[in-house]
Amino acid sequence: MNEKSLAMKQINPAHTAMLKVEGLKKYFPVRKGFLQGVIGWIKAVDSVAFEIYQGKTLGLVGESGCGKSTIGRLILKLLEPDEGRIIYQGQDISGLSEEKIKPLRKEMQIIFQDPYGSLNPRMTAGQSIEEGLRTVGVKGRSERKAQVAHLLEMVRIGADAAGLYPHQFSGGQRQRIGIARALSVNPSLIICDEPVSALDVSIQSQIINLLKELQNTLGVSYLFISHDLNVVGYLSDTVAVMYLGHIMEYAPAEALYDKPLHPYTLALLSAIPAPEPDDRHQLPALVGDVPSPFNPPPGCKFQGRCPLVEDRCRKGEIKIYQVGDGHTVRCWKVVGK
Amino acid sequence: MGNRLAWVGLGIIGLLLVTALVAPFLAPYDPLGIDLRGELEGPGAGHPLGQDKLGRDILSQVIYGSRVSLVVGLVVVGISLVIGVSLGAAAGYFGGVFDTILMRIVDILLAFPGILLAIALAGILGPNLRNIILALCVLGWVGYARLVRGQVLAEKNREYVLAARALGASHPRIILRHILPNVFAPVIVEATFGLAGVILAESSLSFLGLGPQDVPTWGRLLNEGAQYLLFAPHVATFPGIAIMLTVLGFNFIGDGLRNRWDVKRTA
Repeated sequence: MNEKSLAMKQINPAHTAMLKVEGLKKYFPVRKGFLQGVIGWIKAVDSVAFEIYQGKTLGLVGESGCGKSTIGRLILKLLEPDEGRIIYQGQDISGLSEEKIKPLRKEMQIIFQDPYGSLNPRMTAGQSIEEGLRTVGVKGRSERKAQVAHLLEMVRIGADAAGLYPHQFSGGQRQRIGIARALSVNPSLIICDEPVSALDVSIQSQIINLLKELQNTLGVSYLFISHDLNVVGYLSDTVAVMYLGHIMEYAPAEALYDKPLHPYTLALLSAIPAPEPDDRHQLPALVGDVPSPFNPPPGCKFQGRCPLVEDRCRKGEIKIYQVGDGHTVRCWKVVGK
Repeated sequence: MGNRLAWVGLGIIGLLLVTALVAPFLAPYDPLGIDLRGELEGPGAGHPLGQDKLGRDILSQVIYGSRVSLVVGLVVVGISLVIGVSLGAAAGYFGGVFDTILMRIVDILLAFPGILLAIALAGILGPNLRNIILALCVLGWVGYARLVRGQVLAEKNREYVLAARALGASHPRIILRHILPNVFAPVIVEATFGLAGVILAESSLSFLGLGPQDVPTWGRLLNEGAQYLLFAPHVATFPGIAIMLTVLGFNFIGDGLRNRWDVKRTA
C-alpha cells in the first residue's frame, strides 16, 4: 500500500493538481403537474471550480442544501454533471460512460455522514469491506480475510469485528468501518461527506484524528465536506465556502481564517463561539434560513441575507476576484471599495 | 399475542403439508371411488365426514384436495415471485422507459378485477391444473413487481448502495447482493398473504367449474355441496372449513412475520 502511494507521489508532484474541477454545473429539474412538466431548475452546483492536491485536504463548507454533497457525488460519478470538467490525473472523467469509469472507481471513495445508513444492515462489517477487495481483484477467501483484518486494525477496530453486523456497533465504530471500506480499494482521494456531523463531539475528534493519521501514512487526499468551519479548519489545507451552488470564497486555510473577505465567510466565522470575547469577528450573525434555491433572483446569491447588500448586488452575475495567492472571492466589495 | 397466532398458523400449515404429502396413507378410501349406496350419506362410522352425491368419501376427497390447493398456491406464488421480483427490481433500479412502460402495464392489470380475468382465461384455455396456474400467474406477479419496485426505489439511493457503486460493484451484484436482501422482509410477508389469496382464488375457480376435473379439489366439492346445502350440508361444510383453516393459517403466519420484521426494522 505504501509503495503505491510513494509511486503516486513521484508521478504526481505536489504542484500539479490531482483532481481539478472546472465550471462544474448540476441543475435539477423541478417538475409539476400531471404531465410532470419542468417548471424550473434548482442550481445545486453552479460553475464550481477547485483543485485538490496529492496528500492534501480541501474543505468544502456551507449550510445544508448549498450543494456540497452534490459536488461529492458528481466527482464520484454517482451523479452525471450537466456541464464542466472533472479532471483526474490529467484525464477528463466527466463524460466517461459507466463502463469506462469502472477502472477509475477504486481511485476515489466516499465516507458518508449517516453511520446508520452507510453500511448494509444485512452484511457483516467484514463482508462490507470485502466488497471493495473483490472489485480490485483480491482473489481467495483467506487473502481477503487477512486484508479485512489489516484494514480493521488500521481504523483501530479489532479484527474480530469482521463477523459482526452494523447494528452491533456504535456510531463511531460504524464510521470507522466505513473508512476501512473506503480504504479497501486503496484510493488516492476520499470524499468525506460530513463524516463527523452525526457523531458526539468526543467521537468527532477521534475520527478526525484518525483521518489525519491515515493521510500522513497513506498520502491520501480528502475532499472534506462539512457545515462546521471549526472541523474543516482543523483538517484542511484549502477551504472553499459554498452558498447556494456557488463557491463564495476559496482560499488557503490560514488566509481564510486570518483574513476572511466574503461577507458570508465572515458571518460563518462569527457564528463560531470564540474563547476570548475580543477575538470575535465584526459581523452580526446571520438571520433566517438559506432561501429556496428554486428560481433565485439575479445577482449575488447571498443578497437576501447579506448585511452589506447594495443595489449593485442585485444586478448581473457577480464576478470572481483574485485577492491573493490562491485566494478568490465572489464579491465585488473586496475590490470595489 | 401475534406471536402465538403465528405459531397456530404454522401448526395448521404444517399439518396441511404433512396431509398433502402422505395423502395416500391418510385417506381411508379412494377419493374418486363411487359408492352409489351411500348417496349423500351424512357423517357416520364408516365415513367420518360423510359421502357425496356419488357416494365418494368426503374425508378422502378433502385430504386429496389439499394437494391441489398447496400445489397451485406454491407454484403460482413461486412463479409470480420470480417474475414480479425481477421485473420490479429492474424497473426500480434502472428506471427510465422500461420502468414507465412496466408500471403502466401493472396499473392496467391492477385495474382489472383479478378473479374475472382468471375466470375468462381459465374459461378460454380449458379447465385443468396447468391452465388454472397460468391464469392466476397472469395477475399474480403484478403486486410483487409493484412492491419490489417501490422498495428498490427507496433503497437504491441509500448510502450503502452508493458506497457499493463507488467501490465498483456491478449492477447485478448491487441488486442481488445489496438491495434485494434488504427488501425481502415485506416481500415474504406479502407472499404469505399471497398464498392465502391464491388458494382462495383456486377454490373459487374450481367452484365455478374451471378447476381440474380429474382430481378432487376443495372448490369443486364446495360447488357440488352447494346444490344440496339444505338437506346434505356436510358436503359443502367440510371442504369449506378446510379452505378457511388454510387461508387463516397463512394469514396468521403473514401477520406474525410482519410484526416480527417491523419490530426489527425499528430496533
